[in-house]
Amino acid sequence: MNPANHKKIDQAFGTIHAEALQRRNAFKTAPVPKIHIGMATCGIASGALETKKAFEEVLAERNLDARIHTVGCLGHCYAEPVVIIDHPDSGFPPIFYHEVTAGKAKMLAKLFIEEGDPRFEHVYGAMEANDLIPSVMDFSRFNMEKRIVMEKCGYIDPEDIYDYIAEGGYAALVKALQSNPDEIIQAAQNAGLRGRGGAGFSTGRKWELAQKAAGKDKFVICNADEGDPGAYMDRTILESNPHQVIEGMAICAYAVGASKAIVYVRAEYPLAVKLVTKAIRQAEEQGLLGSGILGSSFNLEIDVFQGSGAFVCGEETALFRSIEGYRGTPRHRPPFPVEQGLWDRPTVINNVKTLASIPPILNKGADWYRNIGTENSSGTAIFSIVGNVVHPGLVEIPMGVSLRTLIFDICGGIPNNKKFKAVQIGGPSGGCLNEDFLDTPVDFDSLTAAGAMMGSGGMVVMDEDTCMVEVARYFLDFTQHESCGKCTFCRIGTHHLLKILTRLTKGEGREGDLELLEVLSADIKNGSLCGLGKTAPNPVITSLKYFKDEYEAHINEKRCPALMCRALTAFYFDLDLCARGCDACATCCPVDAVFTTRNRKKGVDQELCVKCGECVVACPPEYDAVRKVSPPDLVPIIEKPSEKT
Amino acid sequence: MKAVCSQKGWKVDQERLKEERAILKQIARKFTNFEKKRQGLIPILQMVQEELSYLSAEALNMVAGYLEISKNEIYGVATFYNQFRFQPPGKHPIKVCLGTACHVRAGDIILENFERKLKICDGETSDDREFSLERVACVGCCALAPVAVIGETVHGHMAPSKVEGLILRIEIEKEMQAREKQKNESGQS
Repeated sequence: MNPANHKKIDQAFGTIHAEALQRRNAFKTAPVPKIHIGMATCGIASGALETKKAFEEVLAERNLDARIHTVGCLGHCYAEPVVIIDHPDSGFPPIFYHEVTAGKAKMLAKLFIEEGDPRFEHVYGAMEANDLIPSVMDFSRFNMEKRIVMEKCGYIDPEDIYDYIAEGGYAALVKALQSNPDEIIQAAQNAGLRGRGGAGFSTGRKWELAQKAAGKDKFVICNADEGDPGAYMDRTILESNPHQVIEGMAICAYAVGASKAIVYVRAEYPLAVKLVTKAIRQAEEQGLLGSGILGSSFNLEIDVFQGSGAFVCGEETALFRSIEGYRGTPRHRPPFPVEQGLWDRPTVINNVKTLASIPPILNKGADWYRNIGTENSSGTAIFSIVGNVVHPGLVEIPMGVSLRTLIFDICGGIPNNKKFKAVQIGGPSGGCLNEDFLDTPVDFDSLTAAGAMMGSGGMVVMDEDTCMVEVARYFLDFTQHESCGKCTFCRIGTHHLLKILTRLTKGEGREGDLELLEVLSADIKNGSLCGLGKTAPNPVITSLKYFKDEYEAHINEKRCPALMCRALTAFYFDLDLCARGCDACATCCPVDAVFTTRNRKKGVDQELCVKCGECVVACPPEYDAVRKVSPPDLVPIIEKPSEKT
Repeated sequence: MKAVCSQKGWKVDQERLKEERAILKQIARKFTNFEKKRQGLIPILQMVQEELSYLSAEALNMVAGYLEISKNEIYGVATFYNQFRFQPPGKHPIKVCLGTACHVRAGDIILENFERKLKICDGETSDDREFSLERVACVGCCALAPVAVIGETVHGHMAPSKVEGLILRIEIEKEMQAREKQKNESGQS
């Protein structure tokens, strides 16, 4: 490597870095309050746009000097819209406010920004240690996480490249450009980084193969086709810190010798598409992408391709077909993409999280990364934990943390005093694990051994009111619909699995169904080409293994133990508890199935009832008269008065 | 009364046809932004849907003509992907999320309530083209489950009674607008 060239790169980056630092410092040291509002999709869905408008209105109305700083997502979805107010003059540290609606925003602008009263009853916590307000860093939801990929998410403005550079961004790219591609690949290998897309293949090894592959015009693709229902971390990263992904892509392209890269992102994520496109343009303007990056001889052009919402396109060979303009059907491997990928050129395809892990690895060293996590799965894992937990959202933890810590300590356990029943990991390709597995460490190999898989990192926690047969049916409904139709076993097999499961949830199960499910599942696994078919029966296999009694209750007793399958349950009102003359349930019933008995209590017309459960919510808690039973013939007969009387 | 209704419907259709033709012309001009290559197919279809809000038979013909690919090949690709729709959406497109988290929290009951209330099934548009209903795999707001999206607005923590309220709100807004319009017109004349 040429030292003169190193100096040139340092100089080019130094100018940009100085500019970024100067802007950041000017913002940080400005003696005015700063209002940071989380504006990723989940924040906007919870009303962050109205919150921002409310702040702006009051600030303008009262002529207050404060800066509004739009940031990405912190991952604390339960608390959205999240606002952090840094008011140096008030004497308080930066304060984290949760669920800041427009009304709350107006109140905070008046009372805190103007008058300096932080309204303790609305404070969630302080962002740093101090003597006045408990710090959020003392909360387990914050301090048990280890953020590497998401370190800057929620603290920087995703639309401002200077924010990222001032926080140390693109330094890894500079380092990469000043080293040999082999050294970078070696660093990825030494770090023990494994692909975060689900399969967990060694990233360094993949890059090495691509680098050695014959042929010019290599491609790097960032796979952000996050089709798994219940997983949204890739979207959050792209919306909160797109530059870290772009930097990772640039380093990867330099290492393998590619000059073209593509971000394949779902069209269903319009904000992510917009922000990534903008980030690429900004990087080009700064000379961090394009031809002769930072004065070196390395060229890279990044395009954005919008995926059209086919789950199977998350599979690499199907993804290539879809970029090429065909139906997204996978093909046989080998040849592997590193030899023949997009347009038969050598292609490296990595997940968003994998690429975003690269800059920290180069900055802090492979050994540092290797020491995080477990021996065979180093680094951190990001999960989107949703379903029946107190604090749902995105959690980044070191590999090897147990499921129990993750669900109960970090995410606050199960709400409403319900019991934990199962956790579904890895989306439609993953499996359901029961209580016995709560002490399983979270890493690639342990989860696979338990029958689930890391997958994309979607984790759905289910309480005792969730029926496992119904959950299996749901996932099969999804995979059956998303099967591309190329392999017979996947196309027709999933169809029949779904048919059997639907029958079970309707109470029409037959003897021998369970054996049939097992045989069919094994056949689909063996007879399918790609990951979709090979893993589609996983939800059935695992739920059948760990919750067999539920399947048996559905078949033998026509009973749903969790009271979830609608064909197998029924509602009625306990006449001893039902209050005379109360109409709460009758008025809310969407189908008018509630009738009044002769002594002015309530009954349910089972023929009309759609079992939506709205009456359970409506019934005042002091009566609590609604009962749900399974099988439906347990409902006592309550006579409906004839129309005439 | 009936005659008036049908006449009204016919008039709207004519207007819509005219509008659609104008959009198609615009689309034809935009084709030149794309390379005449197979890989341009999906981006072109996305552009058409963004302009026209659905893929009409006429639009697909135009794409086939531009890219010189057979119509059924294009239809085959378009139907493969969930993004593309072949019927015009309603003025208020409703998407009900049936992702895992929404499913666990009874998203299917929400969908059913919309179906019952609007008297259309999943994937259909109401006769007056006011509402269209669609199930989607995941809108990515799992912490707010169950979720429904009306137009661009995401409504979290849905409940069957909320369904009725939301539709009622849209209908009332529409009525208020109509009244306002009437008022303005009578005021002017």
